[in-house]
Amino acid sequence: MLDLHGYLPLILKGTLLTVEVAVLSLLMAILLGLIGAAAKLSGSRGVRLLAQVYTTVIRGVPDLVLMTLIYFGGQILVNDIGDRLGWDYVDVSPFAAGVLTIGFIFGAYLTETFRGGIMAVSRGEIEAGHAYGMTPRQVFFRITMPAMVRHALPGFSNNWLVLAKTTALVSVIGLHDMVYNAGQAGGATRQPFTFYLLVALLFLVLTGVSDIGLRWVERRYSVGVRKA
Amino acid sequence: MDVNVILENIPLYIEGMWVTVQLVVLSLILGLALAVPLALVATSRRRFIAFWPRAYIYFFRGTPLLVQMFMIYHGTAQFDWLKDSALWVVFKEAYWCALIAFALNTAAYTGEMLRGAIAQTPFGEVEAARAYGMSRWTRFRRIILPSACRRALPSYGNEVIFMLHGSALAGVITIVDLFGAAKIVNARHFVPFESFMAAGFFYLCLTLLIVWIFRIAETHWHAYMRPREEEGEEKGSFPARSAPAYAAKGL
Repeated sequence: MLDLHGYLPLILKGTLLTVEVAVLSLLMAILLGLIGAAAKLSGSRGVRLLAQVYTTVIRGVPDLVLMTLIYFGGQILVNDIGDRLGWDYVDVSPFAAGVLTIGFIFGAYLTETFRGGIMAVSRGEIEAGHAYGMTPRQVFFRITMPAMVRHALPGFSNNWLVLAKTTALVSVIGLHDMVYNAGQAGGATRQPFTFYLLVALLFLVLTGVSDIGLRWVERRYSVGVRKA
Repeated sequence: MDVNVILENIPLYIEGMWVTVQLVVLSLILGLALAVPLALVATSRRRFIAFWPRAYIYFFRGTPLLVQMFMIYHGTAQFDWLKDSALWVVFKEAYWCALIAFALNTAAYTGEMLRGAIAQTPFGEVEAARAYGMSRWTRFRRIILPSACRRALPSYGNEVIFMLHGSALAGVITIVDLFGAAKIVNARHFVPFESFMAAGFFYLCLTLLIVWIFRIAETHWHAYMRPREEEGEEKGSFPARSAPAYAAKGL
């Protein structure tokens, strides 16, 4: 059934792009998530409100709508600003728009994950850090962060798996990821089902491999934790 | 910002919203109807029987909805026997394809949720039912399923929201849902910012509506748990109420 008419390399090239988009947007999401979590736990009411608006709005609007908004709308916005500053016409690449949007969306989800993780870190450990005379920044990076990882990992894994699947949307804004390439190959060979099935299986491989990797990380970070 | 374009096109958005609501409600009903037997079979003790629904769930949860929808909409054209059959009336229509894809997808997620909830049924409840002499099926219908549904309610709320968001994909295959309406407005007037922003606003309203409905549903069906509410923070409530108890200490 899987006669690919020599289109396998094209699909695999798309797979590589999919992975690239996923990893880059994950990095951005982690950064935003940490900032968001810090903001949500901050003492300033304004900052907390801002973070709340961010997570509520992002989680209330479909990813596809956000992506087209950032891709098409961002194009106009950037050039409006550019016009005033006297830049030349700027082309927002679908790659940048895709990574930015997905990173932006999952930053909101990771904000919640990280906030929960940070709140689960035992207060005594943090107080001990303060007692040693560490600055708040040192306490955060030396104590809160490493201890938070274990609590945040299950949520993090879940978000990563959803993120990996969300990358399929970049094909809608014209990025040549594996879904887009499967459409091309399927159209050319008149076997769209075969190629979409192949892509679906590749997604299963991707999520399967990350599942194994994440379980390994989870075991490492749970060393020394007694299980019931 | 050109608000007038949006105001002029409000009827189109309303029409799109109606299609979105239709798609979401229908796929949720179909999905739930499919999820219950799926979960029941997946909890079977016989490995060989439980394997099939679990494989189904694994496939549909592990692959993007977009790909599933493309497989059904674009993919089915590959099979001549299907094209020649009476079923083609269904598979040639984007609307039905989207609906089938959404229903199959949400069935997998809901099925997994229910499977987990059924597996967690306190054994005492089952034992009590047995002591009353209930048959297997009666036990499932009267005890296990209602109790599992209660436990699955908060995560089901999230699934409904995911379905609403996922339904925007219908706009990709020419259906004029809320997202499709925004696409049309953008194509006619070239106002990407305004058109998609308006769609986003309507989606946000629908999301908040769903959140509100589920909050009422939870207070109703979880009433028996109320005195013990302080024990732990509710999971899955959306949007998560921020609890800045930690805030005083700073980071």
